[in-house]
Amino acid sequence: MTTDLPGSKPAAWPESYGAEAKPRVGFFTDTTLCIGCKACEVACKEWNLVPEDGFVWTGHSYDNTGALSANSWRHVAFIEQQKPLRVDRDTLGVGGEDPAGLRWLMSSDVCKHCTHAACLDVCPTGALFRTEFGTVVVQQDVCNGCGYCVPACPFGVIDRRMIEDAPGDGAAQKCTLCYDRTKGGLEPACAKACPTNSIQFGELGDLRAHARQRLATVQASGFADAQLYGADPTDGVGGFGAFFLLLDDPEVYGLPPDPVVTTRDLPAIWGSALAAAGALAITIGLAFAKQRR
Amino acid sequence: MGSNMAENHPVGYQWVMEARERGAQVIHVDPRFTRTSATATKWVQVRAGADIAFLGGIINYILEHGREFRDYVVNYTNAPVIINEEFQDTEELAGFFSGWDAAEGRYDNGSWQYEGMDVLGSAGKRSRGANVGHAASQGGHGNELELSEPPAQDPTLEHPRCVFQILKRHFQRYTPELVAELCGCTAADLIAVAEALCANSGRERTSAFVYSVGWTQHTVGVQNVRAAAIIQLLLGNVGRPGGGVMALRGHASIQGSTDIPTLYDILPGYIPMPDAYAHDNLKEYVERNSSPSGWWGNMNTYVVSLLKAYWGSAANPANDFCFDYLPRITGDHSEYQAALSMLDGEMHGYFLLGENPGVGSANARLHRLALANLQWLVVRDLVEIESASFWYDAPEFETGELIADQIRTEVFLLPAASIVEKEGSFTNTQRLLQWHHKAVEPQGDCRSDLWFIYHLGRIIRQKLAGSQDPKDRPLLDLQWDYPTEGALDEPSAEAVLREINGWDAEGKALTAYTQLKADGSTTCGCWIYCGSFADEENQTARRKPGSEQSWVAPEWGWAWPANRRIIYNRASADPSGVPWSERKRYVWWDEASGRWTGYDNPDFEADKRPDYVPPEGARAQAAIAGNHPFILQADGRGWLFAPSGLVDGPLPAHYEPHESPFRNPLYAPRANPARQQFPRPANPYHPSNGDVGADAYPYVMTTYRLTEHHTAGGMSRTAPLLAELQPEMFCEVSPELAAERNLEHGGWATIITARTAIEARVLVTDRIKPLAVQGRTLHQVGLPYHWGSKGLVTGDSANDIFPIALDPNVHIQEVKAATCDIRPGRRPRGKALRELVDRYPRSQEADGT
Amino acid sequence: MSREPSPAFQPQSQSARRTAQTAPASGESAPGFRSYYGQPIIKEPIWKPEVPVYFFCGGLAGASASLALAARLAGNARLARHATFAGMAGIGVSPILLILDLGKPARFYHMLRVVKLTSPMSVGTWILSGTGAALTLAAGCEALGILPSVKLAAQAVAGLLGLPLSTYTAALLADTAVPIWHDARRELPFVFAGSAAASAGAVAMLTTSPEEAGPARRMAVAGAVLELAAVRAMERRLGELVGEPYRQGVAGRFSRVARACTAAGATVVAVAGRKRAGAIVGGVLLLGGSFLERWAVFKAGQQSARDPKYTVIPQRARAQRDGTSVTTLPAIT
Ligand SMILES: Nc1nc2c(c(=O)[nH]1)N[C@H]1C(S)=C(S)[C@@H](COP(=O)(O)OP(=O)(O)OC[C@H]3O[C@@H](n4cnc5c(=O)[nH]c(N)nc54)[C@H](O)[C@@H]3O)O[C@H]1N2
Ligand SMILES: Nc1nc2c(c(=O)[nH]1)N[C@H]1C(S)=C(S)[C@@H](COP(=O)(O)OP(=O)(O)OC[C@H]3O[C@@H](n4cnc5c(=O)[nH]c(N)nc54)[C@H](O)[C@@H]3O)O[C@H]1N2
Ligand code: SF4
Ligand code: SF4
Ligand code: SF4
Ligand code: SF4
Ligand code: SF4
Ligand SMILES: [Mo]
Repeated sequence: MTTDLPGSKPAAWPESYGAEAKPRVGFFTDTTLCIGCKACEVACKEWNLVPEDGFVWTGHSYDNTGALSANSWRHVAFIEQQKPLRVDRDTLGVGGEDPAGLRWLMSSDVCKHCTHAACLDVCPTGALFRTEFGTVVVQQDVCNGCGYCVPACPFGVIDRRMIEDAPGDGAAQKCTLCYDRTKGGLEPACAKACPTNSIQFGELGDLRAHARQRLATVQASGFADAQLYGADPTDGVGGFGAFFLLLDDPEVYGLPPDPVVTTRDLPAIWGSALAAAGALAITIGLAFAKQRR
Repeated sequence: MGSNMAENHPVGYQWVMEARERGAQVIHVDPRFTRTSATATKWVQVRAGADIAFLGGIINYILEHGREFRDYVVNYTNAPVIINEEFQDTEELAGFFSGWDAAEGRYDNGSWQYEGMDVLGSAGKRSRGANVGHAASQGGHGNELELSEPPAQDPTLEHPRCVFQILKRHFQRYTPELVAELCGCTAADLIAVAEALCANSGRERTSAFVYSVGWTQHTVGVQNVRAAAIIQLLLGNVGRPGGGVMALRGHASIQGSTDIPTLYDILPGYIPMPDAYAHDNLKEYVERNSSPSGWWGNMNTYVVSLLKAYWGSAANPANDFCFDYLPRITGDHSEYQAALSMLDGEMHGYFLLGENPGVGSANARLHRLALANLQWLVVRDLVEIESASFWYDAPEFETGELIADQIRTEVFLLPAASIVEKEGSFTNTQRLLQWHHKAVEPQGDCRSDLWFIYHLGRIIRQKLAGSQDPKDRPLLDLQWDYPTEGALDEPSAEAVLREINGWDAEGKALTAYTQLKADGSTTCGCWIYCGSFADEENQTARRKPGSEQSWVAPEWGWAWPANRRIIYNRASADPSGVPWSERKRYVWWDEASGRWTGYDNPDFEADKRPDYVPPEGARAQAAIAGNHPFILQADGRGWLFAPSGLVDGPLPAHYEPHESPFRNPLYAPRANPARQQFPRPANPYHPSNGDVGADAYPYVMTTYRLTEHHTAGGMSRTAPLLAELQPEMFCEVSPELAAERNLEHGGWATIITARTAIEARVLVTDRIKPLAVQGRTLHQVGLPYHWGSKGLVTGDSANDIFPIALDPNVHIQEVKAATCDIRPGRRPRGKALRELVDRYPRSQEADGT
Repeated sequence: MSREPSPAFQPQSQSARRTAQTAPASGESAPGFRSYYGQPIIKEPIWKPEVPVYFFCGGLAGASASLALAARLAGNARLARHATFAGMAGIGVSPILLILDLGKPARFYHMLRVVKLTSPMSVGTWILSGTGAALTLAAGCEALGILPSVKLAAQAVAGLLGLPLSTYTAALLADTAVPIWHDARRELPFVFAGSAAASAGAVAMLTTSPEEAGPARRMAVAGAVLELAAVRAMERRLGELVGEPYRQGVAGRFSRVARACTAAGATVVAVAGRKRAGAIVGGVLLLGGSFLERWAVFKAGQQSARDPKYTVIPQRARAQRDGTSVTTLPAIT
């Protein structure tokens, strides 16, 4: 029996692994380096045998993947904006003399491998578990497809695969942070394929330290809206295992501005459920009160 | 410029990103705001087809402000050389250079020569096309060049007829204002770019140009590149680290297929193909095509060694080393000419090995009709491509232009082994050969192309065995004895590489092309590849990590020539052999050891002193002075002005694309007068600007690639994980054009030309803004060209609406700029499609202007 | 740092929106917030209709079991008997509904391998199983009229577990990222408790003669009142924006009808519940109200997840208010 209540670090990790525990790994996705080549999306599918996700032209710039889903564990967002790339137009006159200027934000999204993972907390079968690397993975053979993790994830990452007799049909699917590769000491397929090192894989501590320096550099070169997303261990999910350097607000990329792991409010939730049960008891009690007299 | 590196060379682009992070300025000049523009430090939007104006503007800026790298220009380029009196520039002849033959529609370059002598280009085109008459008129070889030193020069660069002054005059009208008017950018943009280049060039710094087919696929394609070369020579950015003009090539090893050509007009190593009208014997051929000075002075050794590689023992001095076995060319036999010959019923059979013209070639509709007119067609491909399936599912059935049971073409579709199923070498953009190994055995009937060609030849030779017919000798005498391996009898690719490398009389692998002999004692399949198998070792398979060797990494793969990573690198040192600067030191003269030395293999005879002066009667490289780095040129200099080698002028000049909605404010000829046109019912052109009906096609369309697909799509539309990323053919238009034509984002548009009309989903985007050109608003329509009728995702092919109009030098199609009309909604089906197109004006004649 | 107000979604060309419809309809979206082409941020719950039906049946079963216990203690044997059977019926279909949603029966047992307090579904599965077992036993004895002491014990267990059984489903919904569910975590269990009481009372009322159904009637009315009061409190808590789905679209329609039925049902029962006809009309209205309320809640969750504004605007406001944003902003220079 596992009880997984929110704490300051991924509950049950690393203790539950004792000596087998490994340093926590994750991603720092630096979107200022992304060239939108989608190699990460393809490499992920190739390595993890993720099926094609439908031939749908969205008209959303060059993004025809749309969103993270059971069949897309990486998703590169494309955002066209009428804005100069940087504030300081002397260091950079994007769009020439055009006062508006243009910028095209590209960012490769992925499961955040939350410190406090709602998907994992609510999973009634224990299919979702915390690996020795502190990452969050679905055990395909345990998952019963109850779908509870799906609305629980504050990022809309995890989803159920619904492809008749395809491998993993009916089970929840998401990025495994290439558990098989990390176990084998290899970097994840997406990071490996990324030509510009926009996806940086490593020990979370190092990544966070590096990211702070990077933010300073980027900020110094004039990106007014540059911000780290998910690098702060005190945030609503206790910090992301996969965090980002964004050039605009998270919601512009389809990310929640202030996600909170739903189980943080679990005491309140259980509390009112019990209170309501009590209220029910009272209601019934009163209903009989008259008779007793 | 003319390259979308981030999208089409993403892996190579990582180094550009790294440079950017280290403070390099990355400037992208493109009609569209692409993934490259998005990651560059500056984007300049230009109109498709006006690059020479932009580059000319930079040249003018450099010359007007005296920003050229004087010492470099005076010593290493032909700037001081004085040109023939007869030469007249476009400025004097209203847009033509002297030597224009209006009747023949081509140039005679006789008047473009250096005063007092006759210099030849480094390779190719010297004995054909425009130059034939000229070359012939010189009787044998014209005035021999005693020294590599052109007789008439003015080191002060003041002489009115010196190249430098000619250049100045030629480009003086290319002011920032004119550039802005022609390109649709602003004068400030041009100045900013020019200034950035100048500021980042000279002794201490270098700048590089990167181009690709955004420059080449024009009727002035070659001159676009020439213009960049002129800028780099003026700024001293050639032969030095961080400099150069980088052509980002296309298909894997397309560079290799130029070096060991799949082209009709050159033999391996850029040796010109013999000409039916000019070359009766080896001696004459070599004389016409070699130059007495410079490395081409050794051409006889290259050719003889090549003939020995072909015909081995059968090739001997007595029979001219089988020179007569070589085919002769009679003119343009390029892909487009071939397609037209099929259409005209002059060509009956065709091999299509890894090409999909039914989608990938300009006027793809014409190509499908042409293929349908063949008697037989052999297609070797990974998948059944449109060029193989046309006989039962060409779009022309729907329109009634083709009728299935009337097509007599017999199509043989043979499955090809893919890259992972075979081994061999790749030659990349940087002339770097890298060996790749086989990962898995070919599946089913799939076989490598090497297997196919070798066994095809073997079987034909078997069938011909014993034949007395002289026309069979070339085949029967071929040295065709490659060892085969494995269950599939796969010929050894290494054996082929070794043959290309060549061997000496003892059969030992050669180490350098300097060892080649003209007496038949050496064989070599391609002189520039000589050394790739030095010491009996496959040098291209070397994989020493960069961290374990110098930053030049000479032990990773092998680069031609002689494993040189930068050619003409002697130019990285000043005339006296001292590096121009410490920062940029690369190759230099070491007085102590009396040799050239440096990080790279010096592209110069190791012991030739910087102050070397060729003695009387010196030949070949010995005739090149110690301070002339461009050792493949007869005069050892970089050519700002090209006396020969080009059929459309010694200098670039701005001409409009073959189809353009604009007049040419600079010259009388609107478009390149020497361009190739093929007017005919299946290849109609648009009335050109001014003529009636020209305004029916008010917009400029341009085509390009997407990261998510590959060229004609055979390899990507069939791959689910790629197909899903760009599942539909679309066109990119500006909000303004969308408003003007009621195009709805996400809806459909029909793009119409005189060829036909295609449909595409509408992507409204600010990334392709309208431009102000010649005082009016120009809208451009962007079209990816990856779609066709087969595969997991299908769509109309952009190439169906492009005309065949070619660059005269290399016969490349102009698919980067043409005119069109665009309307909302899907295109008509069936006969109605032709009816719509027929309502639009067309011209059946070649366009004089 | 500056946050200029910008369009509801990022069309792939802002100026293009003037000319062509550039991005997908943003109908539901509000101005002054930004999103990625109006795409949802969180995933919609993917449960089948069986689930809200189960919520109803489970609630009915739970409340009935408790009613049965109370009736037994109060010595109202017939009421206890009917409530037990009603509970039995409700608890009987529940696993079937859940298995239908899951697909394979085996998948249900997967949940019996762990107990997770953080997973209301896990806890609920045990409550459901426990109540189910006890109620089956009780109902069995009742039907066969054997083992009175065993029956009483089972009745007691079922009656006690029945209480959380009818409210844990609200916790299950509240423990998700769906704004309209999560933000209603305090009130939603009371809505479900009231609705369960109303439905259980109604069924007992319908199956039992008016003379003996007095407590059932009072329970039904009280449940309805509790339900309506909780719903009002919930909507007040959710506020204008987050609560919007209860007033819009399918969810809006369901909840309006549900509340009308419940109110009407309660009134009828209160006024004419002693007459058979009144009991029938009122009971049916209450059952309908209770059933539709669960549907309203279910549908509202889907609508709430579908439109990014329900996620973005409150989070953005919270981030601004108490600086809890997950983003680290550069110092303004
Ligand atoms: N992913 C991917 N990579 C590829 C290929 C592929 O199909 N897919 N193809 C390979 C091949 S075969 C080749 S040849 C290379 C080609 O590589 P590129 O030359 O980069 O390919 P294109 O996209 O055709 O054209 C490049 C750019 O030229 C711009 N352009 C068009 N007209 C003009 C003009 O007149 N002036 C200027 N300055 N720019 C212009 C277009 O907007 C486009 O952005 O890519 C190779 N790499
Ligand atoms: N409008 C427009 N047209 C263009 C261009 C443009 O920019 N715009 N670009 C032009 C350029 S640069 C190019 S390179 C052409 C490309 O045009 P094509 O070369 O006609 O198109 P590809 O799809 O590259 O065709 C290559 C075929 O080779 C097959 N293939 C792959 N590997 C092998 C192999 O090992 N053996 C064999 N036998 N087959 C193999 C692939 O399946 C594919 O079908 O398109 C040209 N056409
Ligand atoms: S992002 Fe969602 S799916 Fe990923 S770990 Fe966090 S809660 Fe789970
Ligand atoms: S769907 Fe699978 S992973 Fe998700 S909560 Fe249910 S059992 Fe766990
Ligand atoms: S880490 Fe592995 S599973 Fe996760 S996105 Fe990258 S490639 Fe896919
Ligand atoms: S691979 Fe790297 S550069 Fe390419 S899209 Fe993914 S993150 Fe961006
Ligand atoms: S496909 Fe090959 S050549 Fe093209 S970018 Fe990728 S690695 Fe380079
Ligand atoms: Mo190409």
